[in-house]
Amino acid sequence: MTATAPQALATLPLADDALILSHRLGEWAGHAPVLEEEMALANIALDLLGQARALYAGLAEVLGGEDEIAFLREERAFRNCQLVEQPNGDFAHTMVRQLFFSAYQQPLYARLSPVLPLAAKAASETAYHRDHAEQWTLRLGDGTEESHARTQRAADALWRYTGELFQPVEGLDVAWQELAEEWHADIRDVFGRAGLTVPEGPSEGAWSAGAGRQGLHTEPFGRLLAEMQHLHRSHPGATW
Amino acid sequence: MSADWPLWEVFVRSRRGLSHTHAGSLHAPDAQLALRNARDLFTRRSEGVSLWVVPSSEITASSPDEKDPFFEPAADKPYRHPTFYEVPEGVRNL
Repeated sequence: MTATAPQALATLPLADDALILSHRLGEWAGHAPVLEEEMALANIALDLLGQARALYAGLAEVLGGEDEIAFLREERAFRNCQLVEQPNGDFAHTMVRQLFFSAYQQPLYARLSPVLPLAAKAASETAYHRDHAEQWTLRLGDGTEESHARTQRAADALWRYTGELFQPVEGLDVAWQELAEEWHADIRDVFGRAGLTVPEGPSEGAWSAGAGRQGLHTEPFGRLLAEMQHLHRSHPGATW
Repeated sequence: MSADWPLWEVFVRSRRGLSHTHAGSLHAPDAQLALRNARDLFTRRSEGVSLWVVPSSEITASSPDEKDPFFEPAADKPYRHPTFYEVPEGVRNL
């Protein structure tokens, strides 16, 4: 790949976020706590996969076909934030990750809807994802001692990956600071109602994570990619 | 876990339907999550535009034992069907 104007790749981080979180959620298939929740997680995963595919289609001229983009890029070429690549953990962990991410993705898509054809539809899909995660965060946070402890632990562990969400993406004209403030207010509101404490640790800076947008990823991401890509790499060009 | 959750009956009104129709049942810890589960289970192929969820325990059903006294008497009363007269010409909207 030759040097490409950053604007041409502006939507790549959004697409990679959607693809990778979709894959993570797909890992719950066959393992979700109840059948109803399994369907819900699969629905969310499929929404995200649809978003990723639509965005990759728009990048085809620069990056090639969607299979090539998803299955043949190396780790360093992925531009997803580190939050979405974090392992599922327990159900509380998955739900807090979803809340953190959807509460970011929804207003982001809403802001991009005038310039990005997919965004208006995606924003309404994402509003449902956010609501689903909020419903569970409220019930787990304000549930039993055990569920509260697990949810708080998840929030504390994932907090350091949230600062990265608001690093400006070159080529996307978004008021990132305003987006960050809106996100924090949203999370404070949900956590307040759930009886959870908003983590005090840094979410950005030297002690936090956050170079996914530059192609630097956390250790679990390599294993995710290996699983996601091995079939395509083992059988290039295979079709149903 | 779901064994502890109550059962809910789901009613869906389709885009072109006038009434909610029973679609099935599901488990959920409370009404709000039952509604969301119903959305995921019963409307994912655009089956509906409105949903009701009702706790199954709140439904009073006729029992199979009462089938005869309940339904048998209606069987031989065909005159209750509106088929014994002809619709006069000129009647609209019938």
